[in-house]
Amino acid sequence: MTDGSSPDLASGTVHPGPSRPGADELVQLVDPHGVRHPHGHYDALVADVDGPALQKLYEDMVVVRRIDAEATALQRQGELALWPPLLGQEAAQIGSGRALRSDDFVFSSYRENAVAYCRGVDLADILRVWRGNASSGWDPYTINMATPQVIIGAQTLHATGYAMGILNDGADAVAVTYFGDGATSQGDVNEAMVFAASYQAPVVFFCQNNHWAISEPVGLQAHVPIARRAPGFGIPSVRVDGNDVLACLAVTREALARARSGGGPTFIEAVTYRMGPHTTADDPTRYRDANELEDWAARDPLARLATLLDSLGLLDADYTDSVKATADAVAAELREGCLSMPEPAPSDVFRHVYSAPNSWLDRQQDHYERYLASFGPDGGTPQEGRR
Amino acid sequence: MTTMTFGRAITAGLRRAMDDDPKVILMGEDIGKLGGVFRITDGLQKDFGPHRVLDSPLAEAGIMGTAVGMAYRGYRPVVEIQFDGFVYPAFDQIVCQVAKLHYRTQGAVTMPITIRVPFGGGIGSPEHHSESPEAYFTHTSGLRVVSVSNPQDAYTMIQQAIACNDPVLYFEPKRRYHVKGEVDEAVDPASSDMGAARVITRGTDVTLVTYGPLVPTARDAAVAASDDGTSIEVIDLRSLAPVDFATVEASVRKTGRLVITHEAAQSGGLGAEIAASITERCFDHLEHAPVRVTGFDIPYPYSKLEFHHLPDLDRILDGVDRVMRRPNSLSGLEGGAL
Repeated sequence: MTDGSSPDLASGTVHPGPSRPGADELVQLVDPHGVRHPHGHYDALVADVDGPALQKLYEDMVVVRRIDAEATALQRQGELALWPPLLGQEAAQIGSGRALRSDDFVFSSYRENAVAYCRGVDLADILRVWRGNASSGWDPYTINMATPQVIIGAQTLHATGYAMGILNDGADAVAVTYFGDGATSQGDVNEAMVFAASYQAPVVFFCQNNHWAISEPVGLQAHVPIARRAPGFGIPSVRVDGNDVLACLAVTREALARARSGGGPTFIEAVTYRMGPHTTADDPTRYRDANELEDWAARDPLARLATLLDSLGLLDADYTDSVKATADAVAAELREGCLSMPEPAPSDVFRHVYSAPNSWLDRQQDHYERYLASFGPDGGTPQEGRR
Repeated sequence: MTTMTFGRAITAGLRRAMDDDPKVILMGEDIGKLGGVFRITDGLQKDFGPHRVLDSPLAEAGIMGTAVGMAYRGYRPVVEIQFDGFVYPAFDQIVCQVAKLHYRTQGAVTMPITIRVPFGGGIGSPEHHSESPEAYFTHTSGLRVVSVSNPQDAYTMIQQAIACNDPVLYFEPKRRYHVKGEVDEAVDPASSDMGAARVITRGTDVTLVTYGPLVPTARDAAVAASDDGTSIEVIDLRSLAPVDFATVEASVRKTGRLVITHEAAQSGGLGAEIAASITERCFDHLEHAPVRVTGFDIPYPYSKLEFHHLPDLDRILDGVDRVMRRPNSLSGLEGGAL
């Protein structure tokens, strides 16, 4: 395991037991074969998840996988400039995303489109930035989720500061920040853990260890399991099977409860795998072994939950048909929202740099608008010569 | 009117802003019990509590990034960067987040963060304690940058910066902290505009533009020049981004000559922007090319040499002589060996 990848999920390194797990234990409630294993600590946290709730989690994962596929297709068709697929990470994002309360606040990277779905984002808003029609997709306060952060790890500090504000307000909301294994090398992430621990801020660090930071394997970022770092900062941590939606739900609920009750931050390492490219501009065949992909395909988060549902008699044709219909409808809405998105006006380039008039910028805008007007009412935008 | 030092005036302004708005919080290193290394936050933690005056871990990016989160939550953080040369670890958060979030979110999220930076030289400090990094920030869209030069402005403008819904870099000339002046604490900060430059000495022959620590030096230069019969109009910019070019332009149209002086290095500095913009705006009114009198393009030097680096009264007057086309000016070497 020279790349520092995680212990094999299927090979018996999982240790469900009666007590709270140690930092290296991988919490797993549903194994890759779809078998539900009892867990002395975490079962209680998902005791309310009955058959219909499991079916809903499955539907969520199918829908976000469909959103991902549709967006990838839109990119290939030239409708999006770029898309960062989440294929393979559905359980980590749905399991954690469905644990949140509406007044919690999410600070994510750019791959958490399934979390945005959980927050109730308008579907077209997910695409706005990738189509190039706006600098971001939505008003963060409408769904209590910041728009995607591109600077790796920067959002972990924002979440920590937001959580410090929650403390000052005497509220019991929680800030949740999503980032990847690559981000854990950033100074910002480490500083965020220092601040979160010092102030005992109600923040959850949700690290999706998807094994790859573009072309760099996780072993280049961390020589030991990433979750081991947090206790050094004074932050309790847990490793969870990131392809097990039920386990992700359980550990996130525990972290949220700790934060709400004054217990401070928690670090979650969700061990998962980026099945697709970093973005649609990436070519993982240049750096990744196809066998590794096959190994992880066998641990697919959707397939294992489908197997579990089937074993419980919850996967009949009516149900699967309805899930497919929902996913198709969502995909159609996404595509329609993309294709009908209004184009920005040229003068929008100047908007919102400041919240008040600015003499430097106003002068530039005035000059540019008069320049554009010089092309006449029809020639408004001099497309020729712009390339 | 109360007589107070420059530093005390900032303290009084902070106190009033905190009194007026419970969302104003202070964040920084050593700003609590110690009151900051320059004592600017002296007594504020005792009076407002540790939840409003936060001693931060020793990490500037962390301070700035958590201030962003606080602003997301509806607070108005005032961040103290201990010394100018310590702002760089926070640079990424300032440039990529603080400056861009309003634009990124199409106005949904405001970043009313004030970043206080004691700056400039002249105090005999070791490396990293005497820098003038303002041009990095005036070049960054989304930020406003101001520098104060006297106790009254220090008092008023810190409140204006805090009330501003856009992020503001507030540069404090640390070598002037102990200068005393009259401060009218009853002044309403909303009654004036921190973006406006101020003509502090009227004159007709040369426009001398400066800000922050060199304002008193420029004023002294104007007095000395008048003894020689040269009438200098001194402008304290106050706002460095945006610069109030209307005020500078009006002056240069009258004098036809422009000298800009700042401690920061010359190349790519704010003086270059002012020279270029004024040349674009009133080329036909100029009697001479604008001249910059600035720090050299060197790392800030060790303290025994710092007064060679910092523009002083004589170097400013040499620049004045040059735009007056007097043969004694030594600063214009274009016609010589170089």
